Amino acid sequence: MVLWLLILIPLLAAPLAWMGQQWSRHAARWIAIGALSIDLLLAFLLWSQGHRFQNSGHGSWLLESHTSWIPLWGISLHLGLDGLSLVLILLTAFLGLIAIAASWTEIQVRVGFFHCNVLLALGGVIGVFLAIDLFLFFFFWEVMLVPMYLLIAVWGHEQRRHASFKFFLFTQAGSLLLLVGIIALALLHQQVSGRPSFDYADLMGLALKNEMGWWLMLAFFIGFAVKLPAPPFHAWLPDTYTAAPTGASVILAGLLAKTGAYGLLRFTIPLFPDAISEFAPIAMGLGVISILYGAVLACAQTDIKRLVAYSSISHMGFFLLGAFAGTELALQGAVMQLVAHGLSIGALFMLAGALQERLHTRDMRQMGGLWGAVPRVASMAMFFALASLGLPGLANFIGEFLVLFGSFASQPFLTILASIGMVMAVIYSLAMMQRAFFGRQHEIRIEADLSNSAFGTLLLIAALQVLLGLYPRPVLSTTMPVMGTLVRLAPPSSHLTRPPVKFLPSSNSFTSHVSAP
Amino acid sequence: MLRLLSLIPTLPLAGFLVLALFGGRFSRRQIAWVGCGSIGTAALITALVGADFLRVFPDRTSYHQTLWTWIDTSGMTVGVSWYLDALSLLMVAVVTGIGFLIHLYSVEYMSGDDGYARFFAYMNLFVTAMLTLVLADNLLLLYLGWEGVGLCSYLLIGFWYREPEYGAAAQKAFIVTRIGDTAFAVGLFILFTQLKSLSIQQVQTLAADAWPVGSNVAVIVAVLLLAGAVGKSAQLPLQVWLPDAMAGPTPVSALIHAATMVTAGVYLIARMHQLFALAPTVLEAVAVIGLLTLLLAACSALVQRDIKRVLAYSTMSQIGYMFLALGVGAWSAALFHFLTHSCFKALLFLAAGSVIHSLGHEQDIFRMGGLRRQLPLTFWTFLIGAAAMSGVPFITSGFYSKDWILWSAWSSPLSHRWIWFGALLGTLLTGLYSFRLIFRVFFGEVRTSPNGTPGVAMLVPLVVLAFFAVTVGFLELPRTLGDLSLFSQYLSHVLPPIETIPGMDESVEALVQIAVTCSALLGMGLAAVLFLPRASVADRLAGTSLGRTLAAFWQGGWGFDRMYDGVLVRPWLHLTRESGELLDRGYESLGVAAESFHVWLSRTQTGHVRWYAATVAVGALVLLGLFAM
Amino acid sequence: MLTTHALVLAIMLFCLGLVGLLSRRNILYMLLSLEIMLNAASLAFIAGGSRWGQADGEIMFLFILTLAAAEVSVALGIVLQLSYRFQTLDADAFNEMKG
Repeated sequence: MVLWLLILIPLLAAPLAWMGQQWSRHAARWIAIGALSIDLLLAFLLWSQGHRFQNSGHGSWLLESHTSWIPLWGISLHLGLDGLSLVLILLTAFLGLIAIAASWTEIQVRVGFFHCNVLLALGGVIGVFLAIDLFLFFFFWEVMLVPMYLLIAVWGHEQRRHASFKFFLFTQAGSLLLLVGIIALALLHQQVSGRPSFDYADLMGLALKNEMGWWLMLAFFIGFAVKLPAPPFHAWLPDTYTAAPTGASVILAGLLAKTGAYGLLRFTIPLFPDAISEFAPIAMGLGVISILYGAVLACAQTDIKRLVAYSSISHMGFFLLGAFAGTELALQGAVMQLVAHGLSIGALFMLAGALQERLHTRDMRQMGGLWGAVPRVASMAMFFALASLGLPGLANFIGEFLVLFGSFASQPFLTILASIGMVMAVIYSLAMMQRAFFGRQHEIRIEADLSNSAFGTLLLIAALQVLLGLYPRPVLSTTMPVMGTLVRLAPPSSHLTRPPVKFLPSSNSFTSHVSAP
Repeated sequence: MLRLLSLIPTLPLAGFLVLALFGGRFSRRQIAWVGCGSIGTAALITALVGADFLRVFPDRTSYHQTLWTWIDTSGMTVGVSWYLDALSLLMVAVVTGIGFLIHLYSVEYMSGDDGYARFFAYMNLFVTAMLTLVLADNLLLLYLGWEGVGLCSYLLIGFWYREPEYGAAAQKAFIVTRIGDTAFAVGLFILFTQLKSLSIQQVQTLAADAWPVGSNVAVIVAVLLLAGAVGKSAQLPLQVWLPDAMAGPTPVSALIHAATMVTAGVYLIARMHQLFALAPTVLEAVAVIGLLTLLLAACSALVQRDIKRVLAYSTMSQIGYMFLALGVGAWSAALFHFLTHSCFKALLFLAAGSVIHSLGHEQDIFRMGGLRRQLPLTFWTFLIGAAAMSGVPFITSGFYSKDWILWSAWSSPLSHRWIWFGALLGTLLTGLYSFRLIFRVFFGEVRTSPNGTPGVAMLVPLVVLAFFAVTVGFLELPRTLGDLSLFSQYLSHVLPPIETIPGMDESVEALVQIAVTCSALLGMGLAAVLFLPRASVADRLAGTSLGRTLAAFWQGGWGFDRMYDGVLVRPWLHLTRESGELLDRGYESLGVAAESFHVWLSRTQTGHVRWYAATVAVGALVLLGLFAM
Repeated sequence: MLTTHALVLAIMLFCLGLVGLLSRRNILYMLLSLEIMLNAASLAFIAGGSRWGQADGEIMFLFILTLAAAEVSVALGIVLQLSYRFQTLDADAFNEMKG
């Protein structure tokens, strides 16, 4: 029941927020904040009791809720919560609050409708993180989309129509593949056992071995990779992130990208272990391409928001690398990267939005020397630029380094290539700081620095970054059991079909290996 | 008392936090108190901890303290924990002691600056990071400090952020060192993948067990760690950032780019000496890199106009000596030179800073001169520093440390003769460029007269450092001159003793010493001949065509900058020039195709009802016709 | 024979209506032509119904009758609006929906 509450609170608060617009100026904002705070609190309570659940014999789920829906087709209202979804739900509720704080001054028209859409999208996201019936999952997957589209199309910046169409087309195309995959799986289940089923546990038992499994895995991979996004399916991202209003950018980069990541971890990898073991090097290669390609393009941008958007592609590349490395360490790092990236990218978009609100431009060529004028924005930007370049002691470092440590064991060469991304991250992060905040000051058109509340919000995120950077245990220990199971389900590529690319095996065999040409 | 250890890095951190969060509301006095006080207290605690450590020393050679578990997941356990032994205590003492003096100096030096609180906040953060680096018990925490000092170096080089060139220098420093850091990180990946541990002590024991000497994996790891050290310590081929880093305020150059951070590479190699011992070829490379850097940098130092750039090149050159010493297995000699170098180089930078300060931010040595009379105390301290750097025999610390290195380069089985000759040439060049500075700045005619003399807060650190620049050398005296080995005994529990080829007795050592002494004195004498006379010989030399070409080549740092610019920077800029994304254009053209198809189809949408009716009728007929068939 | 005659008549009526619809520009006349086509269809239904001896044809006729009545009332409303807006009944003038 608690699980349904988590989903329904934002969904039900959504129309309320719409109506709230008539009552007072800020009613919609407060309703949204209230709903999300309750969600955050609930998730927090669940988390603090996590260890008790673990011993209560719910199988792999900490909490489960199962109700029949359309038994004829094997569809049921099946929700399940484990460490992975719990962490991501906490992130969702937190970033939702951040998104609302970020749009406090920016959104001034149709305030009620805006928050209605935010809440609907967040409700969908939480649903995605909880649903373990694939039909239900797809339902929530689509629930997120339309409000997101509206958020961009109605409140976006210059190119909002173009961007929102692009977003919609790309994500719908991905969804279509996903839908085909889901239905095909259900039908395959019917072939095997005589009745169709959309249930996660049933489908896990299919263990597809033939070519069919390979193609379905590909559909599941592409469907989720579009959301992530991984090249070559990323083309919607820069336009969308740039055109979206700040709050929506925070949700897009901080949460929607995570739904794709979650889908990969929850469905793609465990449902097709055999196909994955062959596909993993390709996926990791895509991750590396993502890291480098995103970083190179980030360096080329003059629009500060586009720069942040491309940096997001680069960061999600680390996730992709870790997720398919097949070692527990890399998977743990990948999840950590999700959380850390959500926090840092959310803050960076807030800062880019704050600059745009003050300067009415996002073009870094027209900025410069802002440190003196807006020291709060500048110092926070410095902090989060450092976070995004992976400075040790902050959360992103933990994510990136665990991924690299873990991936090195299975794909050393790819990992070394990925490490080059660390240098590139420095280049684009510092270039952003240099162009916007250092150097000579252009004509001053700035009214005010960050308000206390906005500064406080950013400080809170910064504190979380430091906390998770120096003490990542809360996240890591919550997700460890899940990742452990995942590794056992889908052993790393190198152990199965193909002989491993042995870069540096233990020295004894290495020396003999070298001596024998 | 040893338990107070964790306070040492925590106090500067607290200072940083206080200044970063509330610095804007403090008065300058309060800022100075917080900034200096935190480091001063840390230095005091270091003294207490050090005394306690030395009291129990021979029985207990290390102290271990874990604060909390940093990462504990899936087979990786890394703690935030400190490891104190003789080596790290030495580093901590230098960092906090010299750090405090430089902070004190900055109180006056930076007093006119708007970013007073920001400056002290960054400096405190730097000390925290540096202490973390040297006290870290595992390589990941060391990496945290490693990146942290790099960050502070970046922030402080670009401290005067309104100047775009300073910002460029800061970025250059961060990016170039990050290249080394990334190699270092890859080294950590290999170490962890192979040995399942990141603890410094454990890794080395395991590596010594698992890898035979000279095995490929040991070589690869050592090379990668060396790349990190080379980046941080501004050695070939990643040395290009250090001269530009002089854009920062002078106390920053003294603390970060002379005394502490740039020697982190030396610390890393000394710390991981067991690992490097497994890769003799890499050790040889360390020596060669050190030798090349020390010669190249010394030549560049000869022709610079900017007083701080001269000192920057001299720093590279002196660190080259340390690398050379490490490479020939003279571990404790390298650290002894580190100790003396931090004293005399910090002194030189601070004295140069007081010159710059008095002349109203004039850094060109060709516009200085005759300052001997106007700034007597600065002159004398600078002279002591320069004497120590060039190794004036018997009375300066630099003589003893450099002599030790050269003796090891002669007598170590890991060394070669040509390494020794190169290093000997280096001593000549050192004398030459050190005294070129002295003669240019303090002798000759007065070109710019100072407006005011430095105050107490700047003079006290100068005097204290000058004292140490002389006396610290007496900790270790060679066999021929008193035979005192306090320093090498102190480090003997951490670092292996220096090996010597049999047959190297005291008479050989004396001969080597005489050679070194002569070479250094020759350099100084040459400087006097070249630069002291009114119609300077050096100017005439520089006027010849060969002199001009050579000077321009050396001034540009042997063309490394230009080479990197052509090979790396330009292609990179070309790659990232602003342009639409190719893939994106592909997708967009899909949209354009759909749109043009739509335009073509929509021509049939005339808006005339009768046209629609006609098309419906025709369509129906066609369908009927099709069915009929 | 009767059926054939009725169907031929229906076809003729339908074509007449179609030609009227296509050639007339006055929207009222177009409506009239439309009614003629509807009636042609009804006639065809009735002919069919009588040929097979089934009531369905008549029932369809009743449906078409009501449909035509409803259609005419809506159409006349639209015509009124159009003439009010455009001050003309020329169908070719109403090409706002041109693509």
